[in-house]
Amino acid sequence: MSSIPRRFLLAVAIATAAAAAPAQTLRIGLAEDPDALDPTLARTFVGRLVFAGLCDKLLDIDEKLGIVPQLATSYQWSPDNKQLTLKLRQGVTFHDGEKFDAAAVKFNIERHKTMAGSNRRGELAPVTSVDVVDPSTVRLNLAAPFSPLLAQLTDRAGMMVSPKAAQAEGDKFASKPVCSGPFRFVERVPQDRIVLERYANYWNKEAIHFDKLIYTPIPDATVRLANLRSGQLDFIERAAPSDMEKVIAEKKLKTARITEIGYQGITINVGKSDKAKATPLGRDPRVREALELALDRQGLVQVVMDNEAIVGNQWVAPTNSWYAKNVPVPKRNIERARALLKEAGVTNPSFTLVTPTTSDAQRIALVVQAMAREAGFDVKIQATEFATSLNMADKGDFEAYVLAWSGRPDPDGNLYSFHACKQPLNYAGYCDAETDALIKQSREVLDPAQRKKVFEQVTARVNKERPIIYLYHRKWLWVYNPKLQGVREIPDGLLRVQGLKMS
Amino acid sequence: MFDFLVRRLAQLLPTLVLVSMLIFGLQQLLPGDPAKILAGEEQDPAVVEYLRKKMHLDEPLPVRYAYWMGGVLQGDLGESIRNQQPVLDLVVQKLPVTLQLAAMAMTIALLIGIPAGIISAVARGTVWDWAANVFALWGISTPNFWLGILLILLFAVNLGWLPASGYVSPFEDLGANLKAMIMPAFVLGNAIAAVLMRHTRSAMLQVLSADYVRTARAKGLDERTVVLKHALRNALTPVITLGALELGTLLSGAVLTEQVFTIPGFGKLIVDAVFNRDYAVVQGVVLVTATAYMLLNLLADLAYFAVNPRLRH
Amino acid sequence: MPAGPWQRAWRRLRRRPSAMLGLAVVLAFIVLAVFAPWIAPMDPIATSWSAIRKAPSAQYWFGTDEIGRDVLSRVIWGTRASLLAGVVSVSISLLIGVPIGMAAGFLGGWVDAVISRITDAFLACPFLILAIALAAFLGPSLTNAMVAIGISAAPIFVRLTRGQVLSVKVEDYVEAARAVGNPPLRIALRHILPNITAPLMVQATLAIAAAVIAEASLSFLGLGQQPPAPSWGSMLNTAKNFIDNAPWMAIWPGVSIFLLVLSFNLLGDGLRDALDPRQR
Repeated sequence: MSSIPRRFLLAVAIATAAAAAPAQTLRIGLAEDPDALDPTLARTFVGRLVFAGLCDKLLDIDEKLGIVPQLATSYQWSPDNKQLTLKLRQGVTFHDGEKFDAAAVKFNIERHKTMAGSNRRGELAPVTSVDVVDPSTVRLNLAAPFSPLLAQLTDRAGMMVSPKAAQAEGDKFASKPVCSGPFRFVERVPQDRIVLERYANYWNKEAIHFDKLIYTPIPDATVRLANLRSGQLDFIERAAPSDMEKVIAEKKLKTARITEIGYQGITINVGKSDKAKATPLGRDPRVREALELALDRQGLVQVVMDNEAIVGNQWVAPTNSWYAKNVPVPKRNIERARALLKEAGVTNPSFTLVTPTTSDAQRIALVVQAMAREAGFDVKIQATEFATSLNMADKGDFEAYVLAWSGRPDPDGNLYSFHACKQPLNYAGYCDAETDALIKQSREVLDPAQRKKVFEQVTARVNKERPIIYLYHRKWLWVYNPKLQGVREIPDGLLRVQGLKMS
Repeated sequence: MFDFLVRRLAQLLPTLVLVSMLIFGLQQLLPGDPAKILAGEEQDPAVVEYLRKKMHLDEPLPVRYAYWMGGVLQGDLGESIRNQQPVLDLVVQKLPVTLQLAAMAMTIALLIGIPAGIISAVARGTVWDWAANVFALWGISTPNFWLGILLILLFAVNLGWLPASGYVSPFEDLGANLKAMIMPAFVLGNAIAAVLMRHTRSAMLQVLSADYVRTARAKGLDERTVVLKHALRNALTPVITLGALELGTLLSGAVLTEQVFTIPGFGKLIVDAVFNRDYAVVQGVVLVTATAYMLLNLLADLAYFAVNPRLRH
Repeated sequence: MPAGPWQRAWRRLRRRPSAMLGLAVVLAFIVLAVFAPWIAPMDPIATSWSAIRKAPSAQYWFGTDEIGRDVLSRVIWGTRASLLAGVVSVSISLLIGVPIGMAAGFLGGWVDAVISRITDAFLACPFLILAIALAAFLGPSLTNAMVAIGISAAPIFVRLTRGQVLSVKVEDYVEAARAVGNPPLRIALRHILPNITAPLMVQATLAIAAAVIAEASLSFLGLGQQPPAPSWGSMLNTAKNFIDNAPWMAIWPGVSIFLLVLSFNLLGDGLRDALDPRQR
């Protein structure tokens, strides 16, 4: 080694060290404080944003809602579609150093299904057992074919936590989560911040260019944006639609506007309780059709969401590949609405529209009230605090209710719990035997083309009864530091950290 | 003095029990099933059932109260159902934040209120009186959340001098901490400044017409010495002790101020907990603050008596 | 004929310019509230899709809000809600607080002890939390907000009344009335109550100011006046989302609250000076 002068080597070493980038931190502003950071217990949308950095899952989705590998490299259905075999990625470890293998997958699925308070039970309902075929192959056995299963595994139901840590911490796991994602948990101060730091042994470490992630909940959208503008944050989610015009015009920050996989709608009590019979709206589908025809959805989007939404009339957006083209979005038609009301024998129907106390829900109610008045409807608005409204919806103690749903990648997630008989989120009380059978069929058919045909039939049936009048699909509004690159606009509204870097 | 202390302590205990019953009862009266609220979007019936059992919701009210009080007496204030953190931990974490906010707010209040009160008393009936009045009253005449939003707009968004929100621990970075706290402290302190101004003013007016002041004037001392040396010292005593009692107002004001400025203190904790029906958190925090408030009252009374020997009996 | 105590107090009040200003502004707002239908240029709940969030102009003096309603008209009509919130809440507080306070002060003994402990318990809880919990319990509406504020503020009047009764109880005229054999209720109503009115009036005026702010706070949290009826507090609640691109939505209701509350405060302070027999 004496041929190269030592001083030269030293100089190169110092230069390299100096050129090494300083610790990079990405600061993300959230719209709420997440709940428990345990994938089995978690129940909020905002918690999933943190999981995107903390916990890897078996599968993931891409911009087109296609299924892509993550912890599982490939999957195979058995010929009878009752068994799903997953091949697992090699060399993956949890943050505590434990190996990720088929036994860990078995542990996690069983934890999701059996732990007290688990919110994943419904998602994995048809899974009866899990077999460890070999350390890198696992098989899920189902009671019946279940096409939404793959989509479930791209969310919390597919997240894998370290079995050793889960057993050690028991139900305190949420205070010190141990997963296998790109970042490991450092600390959490409720309502203040969640700090994650880079996990050195992440299997995809080349894609990670930050050393630290700090998630800060700031509920007020104006303040959240102000923080981004003043440089205290690098990325914010759910910016206010009314702020977007100015932000885009200023050209100082980058934005992303992604159509969501959920929806905003009005749920009508058609059979949940006696209140359904109390108003013509609940009794007669023609009156509901008249209400729908009285609405100008585009106008609604413009006034309520500053055009940051797209109109829709189904549980999936018109741009979604599962949208049933046989039931297009109707245009406003006041004459037809009035004619329908006359036919139904009520020219001035009245009903009470319950709305949560959030600003945009109240605006929807006001606009609906004004638009429906032109067709003869007398809409009374009742604002109810969120907590109270859940109770009220559950008991069927309402006539109409402004309600949104955050959406799931598989259309079944937007359909089953709402329109199948007696499901927990079926606040409308809609129950039709044939529709039920069709929905069940759509869950058991795996071929997308066939499924689509079934959905078309379901859509046509549900649309005739209109237990929910779907209004529009909001856009996820992200605003971020222009130097941040690699932001992937995936419709679930979650920021993936792989590939992100500051230029 | 001693039996005064004993008497007051004896009054404290039943009051505390009443506070606990009041806040417990109020929470349980709130409509809506907390199990449903905490059950998450999917509303899985099994989860709702589990939560109901965990929170003893199916048992009668007195039994639930007994569960809670039993825990409290053992030092366990329960757990936040939302993110499963022990309430005691939450209290310990957030207390310093709200305390710092309260201390800074009180300092600002004293700096505004006392001089305003003095000027108003001394220059009574003139335009200075009126100006001092308005200056101090401005604080309680403005909704503090509105003032907060305007300040954020001005100083954070437009001028960029101060951060829009967030909190940095003073041990991490004192400069950043003060920059983040100055606006909310100002907003809070404003409101209390008015109360202090009033007290200072009426105390000064009383004192200024008292005998020893007339004597000082008759002796030929200039007005400034009279005011600052003789009157002020006597007037300030009740004012300072009364200031300590404003803790209640501070906490009420902190509720919305912390919300607007996103300061992770008690106020924000309580409001969120009420809306989320996170009973344990509301009950625990109110119990702690009520105890602190009553102890402070007691200390203030003791200080008052200690300083004013004529009142001891 | 020599002037009675009330006339003398009025004269003293007249000599304080700040109190007079306060009184004038309060009266102006009352006029605005009563004659709102004639003074307001437009219908406060008439929406206009084409005039959303327009800046102040010749047509809309205060600009328009997020669904095209005229802010000026809403501010004028909103005076009713705010004044009502202030006056009704405090009336409720007085109706609850004064009788209880009188009972405590007059009857003494264990009645006093129980009432005092309960009052202390109420006062130990942060006022806004009590109000929020009550309003959430009753449901979001202006009426319920007023009831919630009224109940939460009642303990202040209990304490004040009790203190006043205690100090008046030992006065000669009360002793005399008792000696003559008057029943306690008569003594309370005829002899004690008129003599404690002054400090109650002062506190009530100041409480109205605080109640207006409390209503705004509850509306800010979504628990007060519900749409589409206008109230300054709920206007601020909506306006906070548009503070950056439509600041006029927040400025005018905020200024109105400020003026009204400041005026009540000035008036209350003036009343205190005027009614305090020790002030010259």
